[in-house]
Amino acid sequence: MTHRKQVLGPEDVRRAVTRMAHEIIERNRGVDDVVLLGMQRGGVWLAQLLGSEIARIASAVPIGTIDVSLHRDDIGMRPVTPGTSSDVPTEIQESTVVLVDDVLYTGRTVRAALDAVSDFGRPRAIQLAVLIDRGHRELPIRPDFIGKNLPTSSEEEVEVTPDGVTIIEGVDKP
Amino acid sequence: MTLHFRSIEEVGTERIHRLLDLTEHMAAVGRRPNPKVPALRGKTVCNLFFEDSTRTRMSFDLAAKRLSADTMTLAVSSSSVNKGESLRDTVETLDAMGVDAFVVRHRTSGVPWQVASWTPAAVVNAGDGWHAHPTQALLDAYTIRHRRGLTNDFSGIRVAIVGDIRHSRVARSTTEILQLLGAEVIHVAPRTLLPPTSDVATTTHLDDVISEVDVLYMLRMQRERMGAGIVPDGGEYSRRFALDERRAAALRSDALLMHPGPMNRGVEMMVDPTELQQSTILDQVTNGIAARMAVLFDLLGSGGIEE
Amino acid sequence: MMNKEAVLFAGGLVVDESGERHFDVRVRDGLVVETGSDLAAGDEERVDISGCILAPGFVDLHTHLREPGMPEAETIETGSRAAALGGYTAVVAMPNTDPTQDCVEVVEFVSKRGREIGLCDVRPSGSITIGRAGAQLTPFADLAAVGVHLFTDDGSGVQDEGLMRRALEYAGELGVVLAQHCEVASLTAGAVMHEGECCSHLGLPGWPSLAEELMVHRDIELSRLTGSPVHLLHLSTARSVELVRGAKADGLPVTAEATPHHISLTDERLSSFDTRYKVNPPLRTMADIEAVKAGLLDGTIDAIATDHAPHPSAAKDRPLDEAPPGMLGLETALGVARAHLDCSWQHLIGALSWRPARIAGLSDRHGRPVSEGEPANLVVIDPDPDWQVDPSALASRSRNTPYIGIDLKSRVRHTMFEGRMVVRDGIATA
Repeated sequence: MTHRKQVLGPEDVRRAVTRMAHEIIERNRGVDDVVLLGMQRGGVWLAQLLGSEIARIASAVPIGTIDVSLHRDDIGMRPVTPGTSSDVPTEIQESTVVLVDDVLYTGRTVRAALDAVSDFGRPRAIQLAVLIDRGHRELPIRPDFIGKNLPTSSEEEVEVTPDGVTIIEGVDKP
Repeated sequence: MTLHFRSIEEVGTERIHRLLDLTEHMAAVGRRPNPKVPALRGKTVCNLFFEDSTRTRMSFDLAAKRLSADTMTLAVSSSSVNKGESLRDTVETLDAMGVDAFVVRHRTSGVPWQVASWTPAAVVNAGDGWHAHPTQALLDAYTIRHRRGLTNDFSGIRVAIVGDIRHSRVARSTTEILQLLGAEVIHVAPRTLLPPTSDVATTTHLDDVISEVDVLYMLRMQRERMGAGIVPDGGEYSRRFALDERRAAALRSDALLMHPGPMNRGVEMMVDPTELQQSTILDQVTNGIAARMAVLFDLLGSGGIEE
Repeated sequence: MMNKEAVLFAGGLVVDESGERHFDVRVRDGLVVETGSDLAAGDEERVDISGCILAPGFVDLHTHLREPGMPEAETIETGSRAAALGGYTAVVAMPNTDPTQDCVEVVEFVSKRGREIGLCDVRPSGSITIGRAGAQLTPFADLAAVGVHLFTDDGSGVQDEGLMRRALEYAGELGVVLAQHCEVASLTAGAVMHEGECCSHLGLPGWPSLAEELMVHRDIELSRLTGSPVHLLHLSTARSVELVRGAKADGLPVTAEATPHHISLTDERLSSFDTRYKVNPPLRTMADIEAVKAGLLDGTIDAIATDHAPHPSAAKDRPLDEAPPGMLGLETALGVARAHLDCSWQHLIGALSWRPARIAGLSDRHGRPVSEGEPANLVVIDPDPDWQVDPSALASRSRNTPYIGIDLKSRVRHTMFEGRMVVRDGIATA
């Protein structure tokens, strides 16, 4: 029996994205040399949305994707099949890379992403933008830009789409 | 139960589809500035090569290293194997050093199965006798898929494999994978170079099929077969079965010319394939790394399909 | 030698060439002294064999004892013990030893050793050619004078037609029998299994049936030409059986044997690449198995012979082309034969006992009717149990049996050799 509770609606998501776009521009004093990389798979649509907001407010930034399945620290411990790819604009050398993901949880996926990004070059800085921070960090990773803090329990699952954010209770954990 | 990669037949359709997709992924990794990933860090891959084969051995070695695995190689030519030490002794000794996967090549069919009975490690078949060469088949299928922009459905694709089918593990495995993907395969060879029985279509006339096929797959013809009374000596084999200028011109422009390498120029290849735009021969070598990375990752890294 | 025992076998079913009957059997001083229903007990040991069959002991026409030359595989002692456990009171020892059994010295060595061990009658065969090299004839008469009755180059066939003809002509007048391992070598070069669909699929060099059939045909015709008897070893193909059927219909002095593995295992076993299934002649198809079984049932094939071929693990744990061919057979022959042949006990025991005894020239002491005055070379069979081979319990020094994990039917409970219990309740007494 699963119980679903929507905590953010589509308007809330758009507002959060707009605010984050402003923060990114402000923090980096403009968007020269900023590159957005959406983390496969949950961060890809968010990076697109953030990118178009930034373009509306300031100017266009390159948007790419990063796949971390071959850099995970749990390889061999649970099933994983990489089916998605990395598409990184070559200008990340000396750029500020903003990693974009929908949910930040244990932090392990971000650690893998840091590793994966370094395969493509050496950015000047890497920042992290997440729509939802649900807590329960297992590594010393902290986001630079947050849409909303959402404390959850580990029995819950968080579903994030452009139409809103939903907490799902009573889901079987793998 | 340990997973192995020993023959296409043993692996089955679902896993082959997954491996082809994984090969695509690994090929993308290979195009990055840093083509190395930490996926198999801490794993040990042992190359057990009882047959001279520098190219395949290097390909496997590089694939393992690109996944950050540790590698070790025992390259033994049969004559130098200590007669007192059985194959089993060799495997058990290496196993005791801590091996996660053995990559085995041997001139006798069946050795990868025998090896698997003496070790809990995963076994990859790098070529056993005349029987199977499944990583070659995987890279061949991937090459066709990639060059022709196909999905994992090869229906309507016609492939002719030409040459010493009887003694060719490449012919057996590549035929298996092509049929599994829905392609139509025909074997072109004289009767003495075909197996005693076969359920694959055969012909002895290359010229009947060359202008119709989507893929022309040339096998290496060993000169020793001519000495052994299996086919006549001299130029007859080449006249009947080699790719010469006339036949190369008859190939469709969108057809693919493939060869597992190394080529015997002047025997089965009378033209320089690098001058033919249909040639995929170098792609096959490149794709070999990706395919072998996919296989090693499948055996040692993943454990199933992600939900 | 040792004490001859006095035993009363009570309550069993006696099965021999003359028929079946519920008789007790009294044995003393190496002979059967009395048979009949409900014999009165005397001072001998009473062995209850209710529910069991008592028959003349088995005779194996085809055993490799490997001594002299390959003690890591088997010795005359371990082979004799394996034979006794399998119910055999006599075995014909194949001559591909090292040195070859092609001279009196080696033959006498083997006979003497067999007598010293005393677990069964070890009768060496001689080779047809010196060193089995296929060139010069063995001194048949010299070897016949020391008890050799069967001659064969087993391991290989005699390739030269002219030489085989002369051998048959020469040996014919000595009353000995030449036996052939039928294999035309030029057709089987490098082969590791039967040539057919399975070998094509597995990419292994194959042994075409024709390689056996050509030599079967040749030796049948040479027998016709010379008038000399020929025994054909380990027949494995349907057409070979057909050829022998025709030869017998023509009244030729041709006999034949088949192994338990050739009526129970097909070439598909090689899909596992397990070298225990590599044997010469190779395992063949279901159709061949059916034909060989039919041949055993209608008498075209006279005898079951094990071709017991021990090899140590170090030899078998090699790639298929390097591993030597052969499987164990003595301790499983009865169990396999009973599981795969649908016939009467009398017919089955005939194939294991008196018919091979006759071919081996041993029917003065083995395969005899169970009656007063006959030598006590006997086997007691428990017909019921389904059992499986326990590799650690095999008497053979080697372990290359293909029957591990497979259900066998019936097993030997007691074996009596020359009036002594050499196997009691399935355990060798020495």
